[in-house]
Amino acid sequence: MGKIIVMTSGKGGVGKTTSSAAFATGLALRGFKTVVIDFDVGLRNLDLVMGCERRVVFDFVNVINGEAKLNQALIKDKRIENLYILPTSQTRDKDALTKEGVERILNELAQEFDYILCDSPAGIERGALMSLYFADHAIIVTNPEVSSVRDSDRILGVLNSRSRRAEQGLEPVTQQLLLTRYDPDRVERGEMLKVDDVLEILAIPLLGVIPESQAVLRASNVGMPVILDEASNAGQAYTDAVARFLGEDVEHRFMSPQKKGLFSRLLGRSA
Amino acid sequence: MSIFNFFRPAPRATAVQAKERLQIVMAHERAGRSGPDYLPMLQQELLSVIAKYVDIDQNKVEVKLDRGGDFSTLEVNIELPSRENGKAGAKPGDADDDLPASKALTNGGIKKRG
Repeated sequence: MGKIIVMTSGKGGVGKTTSSAAFATGLALRGFKTVVIDFDVGLRNLDLVMGCERRVVFDFVNVINGEAKLNQALIKDKRIENLYILPTSQTRDKDALTKEGVERILNELAQEFDYILCDSPAGIERGALMSLYFADHAIIVTNPEVSSVRDSDRILGVLNSRSRRAEQGLEPVTQQLLLTRYDPDRVERGEMLKVDDVLEILAIPLLGVIPESQAVLRASNVGMPVILDEASNAGQAYTDAVARFLGEDVEHRFMSPQKKGLFSRLLGRSA
Repeated sequence: MSIFNFFRPAPRATAVQAKERLQIVMAHERAGRSGPDYLPMLQQELLSVIAKYVDIDQNKVEVKLDRGGDFSTLEVNIELPSRENGKAGAKPGDADDDLPASKALTNGGIKKRG
């Protein structure tokens, strides 16, 4: 049975889709058969970030409505073995996501895939709720910024009260923090919340810190998950985060200003 | 936290303010969230009962649930109008309901003790 992961945040624009694309690719690179689903009905974008926008014929909503078979809607990634994308509808609205429909598709996918990654839309409305409802694991994407941290806390509350696991009294959804757009220089100048500050406030384990990086925009420009840019800090940080997700003990990187070099990094924060 | 930070005079960094503001606002929001869902309804019903007897201003009511380690307190603050207004606000018809209601309350109290 495949595991269901939700990439969620509450707030929009913090990097959910970027992280979903990177994470799904990372899991597939590690040999796990992975599918990433776009839950943002009406505002489809995962296809663009994954670079498969011209190959979308049928979508998630078509499959829910029985207008297409799952195999017809699944897009196989051209670069990575084991990686599939289930795009969403650009024309319908979030009401197209019924709990029964979503459950049926997820169950079907769980037979075949190791990991099902649900890319949540922003907000706490139907699309977001459906994307997190069936989750086993939640990755909370947060920027070191007040509104994002507050919204993340809100979505943690939703996970703890309105997910299937919460409603049925099962073991709770595991929750891990992915802190994105982190700028160690600004942190050092006291202009940005530190990792430790955010961890203290949200009180969930840290999965990874993705540094602010120009590679992210460059990657999305060309429809390539940034994790494939192996030379970039962001790409490496995502690779580390995937390893940690799989239970490996990988030291955190890119959390102190780069230009100071190894010496200060050794003296600086190690957590 | 780098060791160099210890030797640096701490300016009032905006990030520190961000953290403090978040901690305050989120403590408040979490209390509201972990609080039982019946709180708004309880507030409504308490108000409607009190409003039967006293003419109260709906905006001058505060219901708060504080969770402590061993016990929680439900705090209800209602600003009552001055005496004359209060009398005028009570409706004569309500007097009939008054007796059975207070009886029920007494019985309930005795049962609990027994």
